[in-house]
Amino acid sequence: MQIYLPIAEVSVNAFLLLGLGGLVGVLSGMFGVGGGFLMTPLLFFIGIPPAVAVATEANQIVASSFSGVLAHFKRKTVDLRMGTVLLIGGLIGAALGVMVFNYLKSLGQVDLLVKLCYVVFLGVIGGLMFLESLRAIRNVKKGKAPARKKHNWIHGLPLKMRFRVSGLYISVIPPLIVGVTVGILAAIMGVGGGFIMVPAMIYLLGMPTKVVVGTSLFQIIFVTAFTTMLHATTNYTVDVVLAVLLLVGGVIGAQIGTRIGVKMKAEQLRILLAIMVLAVCGKLALDLLLQPTELYSLGAAGGH
Amino acid sequence: MRALILVFAFLMTLPAMAEQIVLGLSKDTVSINTNFDGSEILIFGAVKREERIPDEPRLQVIVTVSGPSERVTVRRKEKRLGIWVNTDAVEVDRAPSFYAISTSTLLGLSLTETEDIRHKVSIPRAIRSVGAPMNITDSESFSEALIRIKMNSGQYQLNEGTVSVDEQTLFRTAIKLPAALTEGDYQTRIFLTRGGEVVSKYETSIFVRKVGMERWLFNLSRENAFLYGLMSLAIAIAAGWAASAVFSVFRR
Repeated sequence: MQIYLPIAEVSVNAFLLLGLGGLVGVLSGMFGVGGGFLMTPLLFFIGIPPAVAVATEANQIVASSFSGVLAHFKRKTVDLRMGTVLLIGGLIGAALGVMVFNYLKSLGQVDLLVKLCYVVFLGVIGGLMFLESLRAIRNVKKGKAPARKKHNWIHGLPLKMRFRVSGLYISVIPPLIVGVTVGILAAIMGVGGGFIMVPAMIYLLGMPTKVVVGTSLFQIIFVTAFTTMLHATTNYTVDVVLAVLLLVGGVIGAQIGTRIGVKMKAEQLRILLAIMVLAVCGKLALDLLLQPTELYSLGAAGGH
Repeated sequence: MRALILVFAFLMTLPAMAEQIVLGLSKDTVSINTNFDGSEILIFGAVKREERIPDEPRLQVIVTVSGPSERVTVRRKEKRLGIWVNTDAVEVDRAPSFYAISTSTLLGLSLTETEDIRHKVSIPRAIRSVGAPMNITDSESFSEALIRIKMNSGQYQLNEGTVSVDEQTLFRTAIKLPAALTEGDYQTRIFLTRGGEVVSKYETSIFVRKVGMERWLFNLSRENAFLYGLMSLAIAIAAGWAASAVFSVFRR
């Protein structure tokens, strides 16, 4: 069944969009990532104009994250306090990121920088996570107890706060810095930032994996809602029909994903996320390294 | 001098007087609704003339349909430091979003180069690209790339031999409009040629419009962007909540 999208001005198969939404939704619920880093390239591939894809994607992530976070609320795996601290940092970072983005745009080559950002961050994060989870799985098999969290310099910082759900008593400065950094990167790369946020929470803040997913989703809702409004009012590129089709699949997928995630072991969850992140990284790196079949590309004048 | 111009003008208008086009369209408005999946327009007509049909050269018919023009940036990738990056860019000042030519015989046989330049009929002529930056010497390859990409996606079409002409008087053709159609007035031109010279010309427009929900959403997104954004968010949150509620019912 073909559907004509009013803003994108293209006609696409409705079931294809439902399927894509569902697939990314499952991943989103399982790993606590918005899925933007997967969905946006997929939308480009089926012929949605890039500007519309990025903006609409933000709107769809709001829906799947909201659906996912409700499921996590029921299991009490959302650290609201930590989420709020990260969110404050995230919004500051997003505002900074938009400024950086516009500066890069004035220099030209913003596309390349975004792609390089993706390759570097996906590669580093995916690689580190993969190695760490592999080690953890091996330790579990050998019957060793997981290493107890060590006290490091992070615990020496002032402004300490108790995060009961995460079982942490740490300074608010590291989560704020994490929030700002993720916010900047999210704005530049045009994604919710879950794939950076989740490992940062696990490895830098030492939060338990189960809590991380819900908390990340909680924070993503607000960041992507902010982005959606920004795109809708300045670029007019949010296609609500496209968003609805994606999110119907997405919200159902997110519910299924959350249930799968609960049944799986933390190490398995992390290694799967690592593999996925590395796969996307590899694909983007190949695009940069291999000669494209069509050297020329078309774009709207003035834009990028 | 003036007399010469008058004579010239008279000679120019004479053929147009001799053979005139009477045109019909299967529809002059294309409505884009939610399940719009491309459209086909039948263009047909007859040649009205006072005197008898000239035998040679034979009458040929060219039909062009062109969508609203837009500025397009064509970029080229080059290998720099081992990776493929966009380097050169050429801005094409005017390229129709859609362009279809249908002819009764090969385009080269039905139109001379001079007439093509004058009436901007063939695809390369319909595109206007003036200023390429100083450092780019092969600006034609950018226009060629634009045409190649648009032809591959069916936005530009050259359908030679698809106009059928009966008795040098009746002609008809069908133009396929793709599903990815933008709104606007699609200028439709019909040329009658003999021996490569245009003897008569007729212009009309096909109106492509969004209707119903498409129209409403599009207008809202432009005129009331803030409300539209809030509506999109509300739909997203409602859908997220509904899915969560439905699933928790299932679990009980």
